[in-house]
Amino acid sequence: MNFLSLFVLIPALMMMGLFVSKNRKQIQFVMATGAILLVIMSAAVTYMYLTERAAGNLATMLFTADTVWYAPFNIHYSVGIDGISVAMLLLSSIIVFTGVFASWKIDPLPKEFFLWYSLLSIGVYGFFISVDLFTMFMYYEIALIPMYLLIGVWGSGKKEYGAMKLTLMLMGGSALLLVGILGIYYQSGATSMNILEICKTNIPIQAQYYLFPLTFMGFGVLGAMFPFHTWSPDGHASAPTAVSMLHAGVLMKLGGYGCFRVAIYLMPQAAHELSWIFLILTGISVVYGAFSAIVQTDLKYINAYSSVSHCGLVLFAILMLNQTAMTGAVMQMLSHGLMTALFFALIGMIYGRTHTRLITEMGGLMKIIPFFGVSYVIAGLASLGLPSLSGFVAEMTIFVGSFQETDTFHRVLTIVACTSIVITAVYILRVVGKILYGAVQDKHHEHLDPATWYERLSVVTLIVAIFAVGSAPFWISSMISDSVMPVITQLAK
Amino acid sequence: MQYTLLIVLLPLISFIVLGLMDSKWKPQVAGIIGATVLGIITLLSYITAFEYFSFHKINGVYEKLIPMHVEWIRFTQYLHIDLGILLDPISVMMLVVITTVSLMVNIYSLSYMHGEKGFQRYYAFLSLFTFSMLGLVVATNIFQMYLFWELVGVSSYLLIGFYYTKPSAVAASKKAFIVTRFADLGFLVGILFLSFYTKTFDFGVLTSGNASVFASTTGVSFMGLSVMSWAMGLIFIGGAGKSAMFPLHIWLPDAMEGPTPVSALIHAATMVVAGVYLVARLFPVYEVYAPDVLHGIAYVGAFTSLFAAVIACVQTDIKRVLAFSTISQIGFMMVALGVSGYGSHEGLGYMASMFHLFTHAMFKALLFLGAGSVIHAVHSNEMNHMGGLRKYMPITNWTFLIACLAIAGIPPFSGFFSKDEILSACYEFSPYMGGVMTFIAGLTAFYMFRLYFNIFWGKEHKHAHTPHESPFAMAFPLVFLACVTVVAGFIPFGHFVTSDLANYDIHLDYTVAGISVGVAILSIALATIMYRKESEVPKKLATTFAGLHKAASSRFYVDEVYIFITKKIIFNLISTPIAWFDRHIIDATMDGFGGVTQWTSSRIKSFQSGQVQQYAYVFLLGTLFIAALVYFIH
Amino acid sequence: MGDLFINFFSNPVPMEAYLGVSLIMFFAGVYGFLSRKSLLMILVSIELMLNAADINFVVFNRYLYPGQMEGFFFTLFAIAIAACETAVAIAIIINIYRNLTSVEVGELDEMKE
Repeated sequence: MNFLSLFVLIPALMMMGLFVSKNRKQIQFVMATGAILLVIMSAAVTYMYLTERAAGNLATMLFTADTVWYAPFNIHYSVGIDGISVAMLLLSSIIVFTGVFASWKIDPLPKEFFLWYSLLSIGVYGFFISVDLFTMFMYYEIALIPMYLLIGVWGSGKKEYGAMKLTLMLMGGSALLLVGILGIYYQSGATSMNILEICKTNIPIQAQYYLFPLTFMGFGVLGAMFPFHTWSPDGHASAPTAVSMLHAGVLMKLGGYGCFRVAIYLMPQAAHELSWIFLILTGISVVYGAFSAIVQTDLKYINAYSSVSHCGLVLFAILMLNQTAMTGAVMQMLSHGLMTALFFALIGMIYGRTHTRLITEMGGLMKIIPFFGVSYVIAGLASLGLPSLSGFVAEMTIFVGSFQETDTFHRVLTIVACTSIVITAVYILRVVGKILYGAVQDKHHEHLDPATWYERLSVVTLIVAIFAVGSAPFWISSMISDSVMPVITQLAK
Repeated sequence: MQYTLLIVLLPLISFIVLGLMDSKWKPQVAGIIGATVLGIITLLSYITAFEYFSFHKINGVYEKLIPMHVEWIRFTQYLHIDLGILLDPISVMMLVVITTVSLMVNIYSLSYMHGEKGFQRYYAFLSLFTFSMLGLVVATNIFQMYLFWELVGVSSYLLIGFYYTKPSAVAASKKAFIVTRFADLGFLVGILFLSFYTKTFDFGVLTSGNASVFASTTGVSFMGLSVMSWAMGLIFIGGAGKSAMFPLHIWLPDAMEGPTPVSALIHAATMVVAGVYLVARLFPVYEVYAPDVLHGIAYVGAFTSLFAAVIACVQTDIKRVLAFSTISQIGFMMVALGVSGYGSHEGLGYMASMFHLFTHAMFKALLFLGAGSVIHAVHSNEMNHMGGLRKYMPITNWTFLIACLAIAGIPPFSGFFSKDEILSACYEFSPYMGGVMTFIAGLTAFYMFRLYFNIFWGKEHKHAHTPHESPFAMAFPLVFLACVTVVAGFIPFGHFVTSDLANYDIHLDYTVAGISVGVAILSIALATIMYRKESEVPKKLATTFAGLHKAASSRFYVDEVYIFITKKIIFNLISTPIAWFDRHIIDATMDGFGGVTQWTSSRIKSFQSGQVQQYAYVFLLGTLFIAALVYFIH
Repeated sequence: MGDLFINFFSNPVPMEAYLGVSLIMFFAGVYGFLSRKSLLMILVSIELMLNAADINFVVFNRYLYPGQMEGFFFTLFAIAIAACETAVAIAIIINIYRNLTSVEVGELDEMKE
C-alpha cells in the first residue's frame, strides 16, 4: 500500500464518516476534516516530490507502487506521480476544499450530496495518481457517474436534461477511450497496461493512426473540444455550485491530462502526423468559445463558454508538441481550474441571493455586496490575463511556446489564438459592467445578505491560490517543465 | 543603487495596505498614507536622478545600470521574464516625471476627492497605478514592460470607472480597456516575433547595437513582410494604443469620465506617454532594423496630431479639449521619434521627443489640475457654464495661463524649448513635415487660448453660488507645477537624455524658433479676438464651415465607426451567429443523437407490451420456428 | 390399422397412447395460457402443462429405462414444486385482486412504463 493511495482512501473514509453522521454538524465536521486533510496531504506530497527531485531522482514517475489486481488480464493497480500530477493534486485539493465550504449549507439531503461529492473526489484523485491505463480508466468512470446524480438531484433549471446530456456525452467519450485503451494495450504487445511500460514499446504506426484520434477525442470530449463541447454550457448551467466548481475546475482537466499522458505520450508518431487536425479543432474552440460567450446572458453560460475557450487553449498548447507550450498547457489547467472554480463559486453565491443568473436582471451589485463584487472583478481580471494573477503566466507560456513552431500554419493559428485575450476582455468587462456597476436593477436586490464566513473562506482561498500561482510562477513552472521532458524525448524518437 | 527598488515597492505595499485596510478607519488616513509614500519615493527618485546623472558617466557616456533583477519565469532555454530595474537616462527621467506628477496629484486629491465615497479605494488604485507605471519604466526587458503595461491598463480601467454607478463612466472604462487591449494584442504578437528571432527579451541585448543578435532575422519573411517590420510594427501598435494614436485614440476622450486628478496623472502626464517611451526604449532597433516602420510612426504621429488639434478647436467640454490636446501633443512626440536618427545631431528628434515628454507632463498635469480646480468651483465641465472666473480664482487663473503659454510655445516657458527642438528636427527631415507641424503648433496655441478665454474671461455665467478659489492642498500643486513649467525649459536636456547617451548641446535654431513663435502669437491673437469678449465671429465661422464644424464636433465619426464595428459586426454578425450556430447546429446535432435513439426505442417499445400472453405467444411461435428450422435443416 | 388394434389389446397400453394424452393435455394448457383472460384459468393451464410434462417423465422412465427410478422421483419432485408454486401464485393473485379488484391479465400492465 503506497501512501499515494491515501488520496483515494481519505475520501472513502469521509464517505464512511458520512454514513454514520446523524446531523448537519457532524456532516460538516467530517467534510471539513477530510478536505483539510487532503489539502495537507497534497502539500506534503508536493514537498516530498520537490525534495526527491532535488536529491537527484530522475525517474519519470516517483513513489510508484504496483499491485497485481487480476493476473489473467494483466490488470494492475499502479500509482505514481510526476510534477504534473503534483500540480493537479494540489489543484484538486484546493477545489475540493473550497467546494465543501461553498456548499456548506446545501439543502436538501446534505448527507447524500456529500456522499456523492466524496465519491467524485475519489475518482478525480485516483485518476491523477494512476499510471496504469486500466486504473486510470476506472477512476475516470468513477468520476463521471456521481455527476449525473449530483446535477439531477441538486441542480437547478433544466437539471434532468443537463445531467443526462453531460453524462451521456462524457460516456460517449469514454466509450471511444475504452476502445483506444484496449487498442493501445493489444497493439503495443506490452505485458501490462502500465503507461511507463507501454511507452517503451512501439505501437505500429498503422494502429496509431486510428488509436490516436480515438484516445484524443475520448479525452477531448471531457476537455470540451469543439464540436464536443455542448455538454459544458447545459451541464454547468444546471449543476449546483460545488459541482460546477469541481467539474469545471478539476474534471475538465482530466481531459487535458489524459490527452497529454495517454494520447501524446504513447503515440508520438501519430501525434506528429495528425496534430494538425486537432490543432484546427482546438483553435476553433478557443475563438469560438470566446465569441459565443460575448452574447450569452446567463452568468453560468458565459462562464461555461469561457471554459470552452480556455480549455481549448490547453489542448491547443499540448498539440504544439514542444516543451514550453506543454508547460503552459499544464499551467493553464491549473490556472483555469482555480479561476473558473472561483467564478462558479461566486455565481452560485450571487444566485443564492438574487435568485437570478441573467445579467439583464442584475446591476449595481458592487455597492450592495462589495465582497462578491470585488472577488468577481478579481476573477474576471484573472480570466482576462492580468499579470500577477494566474491566467497571465499560463497564457504567456503557451503563446511563447506555440510561437516556437516556425511554419506559417502554426504561426497563424497561434496569432488567432492570441486574439482570444481581446475577446475575453470584451465579455468579462461586459459582465462586470452589467451586473456590478451601474444602478441597481431590481428593488429586491437593494438589501442582500453579506457574505458569510464559509463563503468568504472559500472565495479567499481561491483568490490567494490565484495570486500565488500568478506572482510566483517560477517554482511551479520549473516543476512542470521538468516533467514534460519525458514526453518531449518520446516525441523526438 | 539598491534603494531604487524601494521606489517601486513602496507604492505596491501602500496599495496592499490600503486595499485590505478596514473601511472603518477614517478616509483621511488613506490619503495621508498614499501621499506620504509618494513623498518618500519622490524624494528617492530625485536622489536617484542626482546620483545617476552626476556619478554614472563613463567617458562622457551614461552607463546602463541594473541594480537588481530576478528571474520570474523561464519559458525556454533563452527566453525568460526577469523582473528588474534598469536605470538609464530615460528611465531615470521618467521616474522623476512620474513621482513628481503623482505626488502632486496625491496632494491635490486630498482636497479634491474629499468626502467622496470610496476615498480609500481611490488612493489604493492611485498607488497601484504608480507602482505599475514605475515598474513599466524601469523594465529591464520587453516582457516585464508588457507585464506592467497590462497592470497600468487595469489601474487606468479601475480609475476611469471610479464612479461606477455612472453608466457613462462604466462604458468609458470598458472602452478604454478593450481598445488598449486590442492594441496590446499587437504588442504581444510583436514581442513574440521579436523574441523568437533574437532569442532574448532583454533591452540591454536588443539595444546594444550588436548585429549578431539580429542575424537570424535577415531575409526571413512572414506572409510577405520582413519579420522585423512585423515585429516592430506590431509593437508600435501596442504603443499606439496606450498613447492614443489614430485610429486607436477613441478611448482617451472618454476616459475623462474618471476623476480629474486621475486624468491629470494617467491620461495626460504618464500612462499615455508609455507608447512614446516604448518606441524610445527600442529606438536603436527601430532605427537600424525597421526604418520603414519608424517613418510610418512619424506619419501616424503627424496625422494624429493634426486630427486631434482640429477636433480640440470645437469641443466644448473643457476636459475633452485637454484630452484632444494631449493626443495632439503625444503626436508631436511620436513625430519627433519618427524623424530622428541615431547619433548626436541626427538624434535631435529623439532628444526633443523626450524633452517634450518631460515638459508636457508638467504643464499638461498643471492644465488638468487647473481644470479640476475650475470644475470643483462651478460643478460643470461645460465651457459655457464658465466665463469670467479670473476674478474669483486668481491662482488657478495665473497658473492656467502659464501652462497655456507653455503649450502654445511662447518663450521662456518650457513648452517653447521642447517644441522648438521637435520642429527643428522635423524641418531637417523634410520641410513639409516641418510646415505641417508648425501649423499644428499654431492650432494648439489657438485652441488653448480659446479654452483659456472661455473659462476665465468672456461673459460671466450665473452661478448657483459664487465660485471660490481652491483650498491650499489644491492650490499648492498648481503653483508647484507652474514653477516647474517656467524653469524646465532651461534644463540643458541634451546633457541628460540623448539617443546615444552622450552629451549634446542644444542650439536654438533661430529661424525655426522665430517662425513658430510668430505662428503662436498670431494664433493667440486670433483666439483673443474671437473669445476674449463675447463675439459673433465663432458662430459665423461655425455656420460658414457647417460641415467641417459638425464633423469635428462629432470627432470625425470615428466613434461611430467603432460602434458600427463592435455592435454591428462583432456582436451581430459574428457572435450572435456563432452562438446561434452553437445552439442550433452543433448542439442540435448532439441532441439529435439522443433524439434518434429515443425515436428508435419508442418504435420498438410496443414489443414490450407488458401482456404476458403476448410474450408467451411470441415465445411459442419462436420455439415452433426454431423447431421447424432444426427439422428442415436436418 | 389392424396391427394397431391388435397391439392395443394384446399389450397393456402402448407408449404412444400415453404420449398422445400428454400432448393433448400440454397443448390444451398452451391454448388456455394464451387465450384465457383470468389469471386463475391461466394458472390452471400452467398446471395442465406441468402435469403433461410429468406424465412424459413417468412414461419415458417406465418404457425406456425400466430399471431406473429417476423419472418417478423427478415427477414427485415436480408435483411438490407445482404445489408450492400454485400456493405462491394464488397468493399473488389474491393480492392483485385486492389492489386492483380484477384478475384480468390484460389489465395488469402497470409496470410497463
